[in-house]
Amino acid sequence: MDRLDALEAQSVHILREAYARIEPLAMLWSLGKDSNVMIWLARKAFFGHVPFPVMHVDTGRKFKEMYEFRDRYAVEWQLDFKREVCPPLEEMDASLPPAARSAARKTEGLRQAIAKHQFKAVIAGIRRDEQATRAKERVFSPRGETGAWDFRDQPPEFWDQYKTDFPPGTHIRIHPLLHWTELDIWLYTRREGIPIVPLYLSKDGKRYRSLGDEDITFPVESDASSIDEIIFELETTKTSERAGRAMDHEREDAFEHLRATGYL
Amino acid sequence: MKDDGTTTLTPAQVKGVDLAEADTEDARTLHRIVIVGHVDHGKSTLIGRMLYDTNSLPPGKVEELEAVSARRGMAIEWSFVLDAFQAERDQAVTIDTTQIWFNTALRDYVIIDAPGHREFLKNMVSGAASADAAVVVVDAAEGVREQSRRHAYLLHLLGIRQVAVVVNKMDLVGYDAARFAEVSQEITDYLTSIGATPMVIVPISARDGDNIATRSARTPWYDGPTVLSALDGFHGSPDVGAQPLRLPIQDVYKFDARRILAGRMESGLLSVGDTLMFSPSNKTARVRSIEAWPADRQPQSAAAGEAVGITLDEQIFVERGEIASHVANPPKLSTLFHARLFWLGHKPLTVGSRYKLKLLTQEAEVTVQSIERIVDTQTLEHAAGETVERNAVAEVTLRSRQVLALDDYGDLPKTGRFVLVEDYDTVGGGVISMEGLPDQRRAVEVKSTNVISVEHRLTADTRAARNGHQGGVLWFTGLSGAGKSTLAMEVEQRLFAKGYQVYVLDGDNVRRGLNANLGFSPEDRTENIRRVGEAAALFADSGVICITAFISPYRVDRDRARASAPGRFHEVYIQADVQTCEQRDPKGLYKKARAGEIAQFTGVSAPYEPPEAPDLVVDTSGENVAESVECIIRYVEKVFTLEKGQEPL
Repeated sequence: MDRLDALEAQSVHILREAYARIEPLAMLWSLGKDSNVMIWLARKAFFGHVPFPVMHVDTGRKFKEMYEFRDRYAVEWQLDFKREVCPPLEEMDASLPPAARSAARKTEGLRQAIAKHQFKAVIAGIRRDEQATRAKERVFSPRGETGAWDFRDQPPEFWDQYKTDFPPGTHIRIHPLLHWTELDIWLYTRREGIPIVPLYLSKDGKRYRSLGDEDITFPVESDASSIDEIIFELETTKTSERAGRAMDHEREDAFEHLRATGYL
Repeated sequence: MKDDGTTTLTPAQVKGVDLAEADTEDARTLHRIVIVGHVDHGKSTLIGRMLYDTNSLPPGKVEELEAVSARRGMAIEWSFVLDAFQAERDQAVTIDTTQIWFNTALRDYVIIDAPGHREFLKNMVSGAASADAAVVVVDAAEGVREQSRRHAYLLHLLGIRQVAVVVNKMDLVGYDAARFAEVSQEITDYLTSIGATPMVIVPISARDGDNIATRSARTPWYDGPTVLSALDGFHGSPDVGAQPLRLPIQDVYKFDARRILAGRMESGLLSVGDTLMFSPSNKTARVRSIEAWPADRQPQSAAAGEAVGITLDEQIFVERGEIASHVANPPKLSTLFHARLFWLGHKPLTVGSRYKLKLLTQEAEVTVQSIERIVDTQTLEHAAGETVERNAVAEVTLRSRQVLALDDYGDLPKTGRFVLVEDYDTVGGGVISMEGLPDQRRAVEVKSTNVISVEHRLTADTRAARNGHQGGVLWFTGLSGAGKSTLAMEVEQRLFAKGYQVYVLDGDNVRRGLNANLGFSPEDRTENIRRVGEAAALFADSGVICITAFISPYRVDRDRARASAPGRFHEVYIQADVQTCEQRDPKGLYKKARAGEIAQFTGVSAPYEPPEAPDLVVDTSGENVAESVECIIRYVEKVFTLEKGQEPL
């Protein structure tokens, strides 16, 4: 069993465990490379079906290419697709730095969407290697009623026995890609032929490594215009994947604060 | 940065190797290493330093670390790489498990950092349990301390057999060979006493980089490997494919025409055509196919580690929690087992307490039958005790109400370990020993023999003689609203009054208990009827007249029930046409079915197969309840009642 097979098997196991133990649940689709891999893995796990809703929490500020991608594959992959809209920026805490305030919209949009559909859990495509705070996550990660994450008192998680018993009012985040790296995502995308938003590929010497809102995401210098070239580039770079995300750089612990309040 | 006289791989060297191996990236396996040790012995520092020495830190990180350290009035602090949380920086302890990736020229690694503080044991376990190998960090000046021993013990308990030791902070003892030898002896003695052997012991200074990536000039007396080459010397995971097949069933899918059993292969190999045994239910069936998506791949076999889906050649009832194996080498069946466990609960574990056990996908309530001994991980002395406190290790015996499929941990680790849940929390983990306990699979066979010998001594005729009538099954079948339940209850009351032993099985008393785990899918309905048939047959054996009141629309299901009670099965067709039933509609179900609120409703959207040769037909559209009851009572008196000559002696 090679490395990608092992990663795939672990993720499939997690998705099946989530589906067997928690209802109702939904998968979050950010339209990025990770959540596309995640949907692909769900289709593997459930033999071509995605047996729960796939939800895009829409800030309305994504790139045109991302919306085109969403509209095409929601149909092609026969998803039970749900689009939920984030509240306007004016309703967010005005004391936050601009990018964090923008991210707070997404957190609030997610919170409202979860409340509206009464989802007990959402499946999210975060990875431990993205950001040091995410490295501390559990695969099955309980949240309080406000969506807050208590990173100081996380449940034990070992031998692939995940926490599946919860008091009423608990909400769960399930992370089937936690053990993947950015390079794994691209190697798997290449092997499986999973479609991607073209913004990841270099145009005029720049490409996006991570896709967020149009106004707070910036491209990196790159000539990688194919997945092969992206893989080659990642094997030789050490720049952080989230370097193009403005909100991570506003304060030393900006991301930790975002996550503690419910950001993915 | 490096004014300490050590040398490390340059970025060009590292990148050169990476590029040369880029094409084989897919094949590079990932090794998971856990770093443990007593608080402040330097685990996070070691990791930070390894990342630096393998050129794995992003540009600017070193400068950022210097700035952050300077703000707190410290020299560069490598552990800040991992201690990402604000809270941790301020308290200077690692709160939770962190994972971080790096690679040497040979391999890719995930390093799991585990905290050293005693109260953070659960996080340490969360990190360590998934590791392939471990590094124990011991402070050269302080030597082996409480957590050094506890962690080493737990690593062994968690099944991690590959252990390297680093003796850190050699700079504080002047790189003294004698001190290194002392500490080495101390840790070796302890590891040996728990049955572990350190693969290598390396003298290091994590802060200064001695013997991390390259040999240090300051330890000329040491000729062993560096930390990184020690890591490269670890083996991969053991070959679980060569072990007996264990496939725990995680779920059963029916998204389309296929009925797929899904699960992850924990050990062994499986091929299309293999006969599988499911435990604990003891059913067998052959593998018809191994399913995959996209469907252009049609696997003929699967190996340990794969998450698979299979279909069977027979529609046997299998649910989550069963373990599939080959017939020749199944797991053990038992309601009783010994375990060595570590306790994480805030409330202590006590004799008589009940917990939910999770063993792969099986779940069961277990009771603590006894606590054999509490293990002191420091002295390894065993003490008797009535309670196991948080963070302690103990040997206990657990009993479950239902039969569990399991293995001895020593034989098959994946099916030989479990976690315990109390309220909503995981409170402990343990490994199973069946030493001195019988495999109840054999006991089940022995019991069957005993049942037959009981029947020989106490015959059906003897029972009938006492009751004055034969036992048997009156199987009522018919549409919803035909009057099965009404007639069953009326007949039960009348027969009881006449001195008959009689009992009605209906949806109410069966669905709540015996069949509480069944829904209304076609498979579940079939299993529902199968169990009712078996239960009714047992009632009949015991001499009772058992009346069953179920729609039981399929002939094949009723034929199987007849086969379970040979010679004593009486099919009673409670006949009424759909229009009549729909007019009566006592439960309002037809209305709902017509409105589409109930799918697959017999007579509306699902078929009813009337009996071909019923023993009795009761037409309830043509006669009233009293007439129908009379008709059934006459039948019972004629068929079940003993003749005068058969009266009890």
